[in-house]
Amino acid sequence: MNLDQFKVAPPSVDWITLLPVILVASTGLVALLIEMFRPKQTNVAIIWTSLIGLGVAAGSLILQMGQPSGDTFAGMALRDPASLVLQLVLVGVCFFTFFFSESYLRERRIPFGEFYPLALWSTAGGMIMVSTENLLMLFIGLEVLSISLYVMAGMARQESKSEESAIKYFLLGAFASAFLLYGIALVYGATGSLHLDQIARAYALNDGLTEKLLIFGVGFMLVGLGFKAALVPFHQWAPDVYQGAPTNVTGFMAAAAKVAAIGALYRVLSGAVDLSGTWMPLLIIIAILTMTIPNLIACQQKNVKRILGYSSIANAGYILVGLLAHLQSPDKIGIETTVFFLVSYALVTIGMFALLTLNARDGKEGTELSDFYGLWNRHPLAAGLMVLFVASLIGIPITGGFFAKLGIFNDAVNAGLTLLAIVLAINSAISCYYYLGIVRAAFVAEETRPQPLGSTMPPGLRFTGIACAVGVLGISFFLTPIQAYLSGKDPNAWTNPPATASTGPSENLSSSTTNPSPDPDPDQDPALTNPGEAPPDQPPADQPPVAEPDEQSPQESSGEAAGESEGTGPAANPAPSR
Amino acid sequence: MNGDMTPILILVGVAALLCAAMVTLSWVLGPKKQTPYKQAAYECGVAPSGSAMERFPIKFYLVAILFVLFDIEVVFLWSWLTIFKDADLPFQIFSFWAIMIYMALWIIGDAYVLKVNAIDWDETTSIAPEKLGLPEASFESEVRAAAGAPIGSPVAARGGQ
Repeated sequence: MNLDQFKVAPPSVDWITLLPVILVASTGLVALLIEMFRPKQTNVAIIWTSLIGLGVAAGSLILQMGQPSGDTFAGMALRDPASLVLQLVLVGVCFFTFFFSESYLRERRIPFGEFYPLALWSTAGGMIMVSTENLLMLFIGLEVLSISLYVMAGMARQESKSEESAIKYFLLGAFASAFLLYGIALVYGATGSLHLDQIARAYALNDGLTEKLLIFGVGFMLVGLGFKAALVPFHQWAPDVYQGAPTNVTGFMAAAAKVAAIGALYRVLSGAVDLSGTWMPLLIIIAILTMTIPNLIACQQKNVKRILGYSSIANAGYILVGLLAHLQSPDKIGIETTVFFLVSYALVTIGMFALLTLNARDGKEGTELSDFYGLWNRHPLAAGLMVLFVASLIGIPITGGFFAKLGIFNDAVNAGLTLLAIVLAINSAISCYYYLGIVRAAFVAEETRPQPLGSTMPPGLRFTGIACAVGVLGISFFLTPIQAYLSGKDPNAWTNPPATASTGPSENLSSSTTNPSPDPDPDQDPALTNPGEAPPDQPPADQPPVAEPDEQSPQESSGEAAGESEGTGPAANPAPSR
Repeated sequence: MNGDMTPILILVGVAALLCAAMVTLSWVLGPKKQTPYKQAAYECGVAPSGSAMERFPIKFYLVAILFVLFDIEVVFLWSWLTIFKDADLPFQIFSFWAIMIYMALWIIGDAYVLKVNAIDWDETTSIAPEKLGLPEASFESEVRAAAGAPIGSPVAARGGQ
């Protein structure tokens, strides 16, 4: 046997680049060790360890932001602005998910300590996905992300819906992974390499067979990644899985899996940009379908988790438009707007799903629209935050969602993808219907159930909601630095990253309300806020400041709320179980 | 397309035709005399009883999965050692630490499995009730009910859900 090939120096390793992933993964291990030996009743030590680990990982990412780009570990890991920002988003998503998870899991009677290590490993998998150009690493990252998510989706073991969600996600996910792997194998067959930059080199050979292999390979990979990002022909799993999984898992899944999948899609499509003549028309059709179909279906839904599931599919479509605009003319249009959209989307998603955990009582969750009737009376703060997040999802000015959609619309027009821009604008209008349905449930409709759901808001949940709200409002101030950093024009402009934007909540809130349009772009405003929809949208946008003075009221009412929930708990239990 | 593949394609075609012909012809031409004994399921001469859709404990799958983990570990160690003994020093040092990290992860996972009693066959006595997905109040009665019932009956299977 010839073993000479192994007599090579081991690859030089830049540990700093790998550090964030290592930190998150080993925090997961430590959390698992604590889970093994913890006193049985509490997860507090696990949560604090995880939060500290995530904080250190975020710090190590932020400190790298001035560093030069490059890859290490024999091309396995990559550091560039997009990878750093996306990794930071993933770490932030995990961080905020942990804050509101514990109270919810206790309320649902599934306080398993295993949730935290699983979520940490899932995050680590996502971080690997967005920071590599090696296809094998991409696949491993995807599997680490997904397998943890399969387990977490089935965490509510006594519920058939949760089990259904886990098995659906697992079967379809395994199917999609197979597609991705076949695609990778075909690309490897065509290029003899697993590195994405080899695709361009192989394409330049202009060999008929190689080109066919490449097209099939990239096509299969798009199917696999399209499944993870829930693009339309591959989206059917999403609403069921989102509805069945425990709400905190759904929030994590909707935010982290999407960010990671879009990040991987960006790498793959950038590597295969020479073949864009083949996949661009296809992806334009997919983008149109992904924006339109879920928006139409969501109008019929009565369950808020399901509505948000469809909304997250539609958002994947908007993100795809930004990605396609970048790939249509890579020199002219950068990836900044897409990344900015992802940041804003992740903040809103986590905030929104955190609020949905509010109604969980006695092992049941309350995520039907009717469960939110009269939320304004029970939880003024929650209702206010909900309005803010919905405003950002619709894309009402001064929220992050507005600038994100505006940027993508702008990019699409500049790249010559006017059709996509028009479809995006129309869909923003359609989506108002069901988004405002959620607000209607919270504000307009009267409470219908005889005994109202309790009205305490756990501190972790309150922190998550407020931090995400501050992020949604404050992110518009970071628009310019993010863009400058990502486009590589001025690395020093990066002073204060969005994930740590929770430093001065009150300060940010007040400044954003006094200065309604910090980054005005008047030419495009009417196109996005849409004809006919803008005037009715204005009142909700003004609600967040209203929510501020009401912060005391949950505390005032918490005494009677505790009594109420104790009184209603056992009495209300037999009725739903029948 | 490729001339040297044509014989294989022809072989595949002939094989498919032959199989289809044999199955179809015996089905069409053969005599059909149905008797109750012929139609009964064959279970090694024992009279069949019960439904084939019976649920059986998930423990079997757990043991299988754990076996796969041990299996993969040996695959990695063997291939690594094959290279290790002839490699030069820097590679030996590097790969040694890589394998040590891998083994550490593996040992932590294994310790977790033992700690949560995942391979403890009678899980009703060892796992915390909330992890079985049972409400704590009715847990004792479930155990008592399960103790008297045979494995695979609905009550016992609930424990393995």
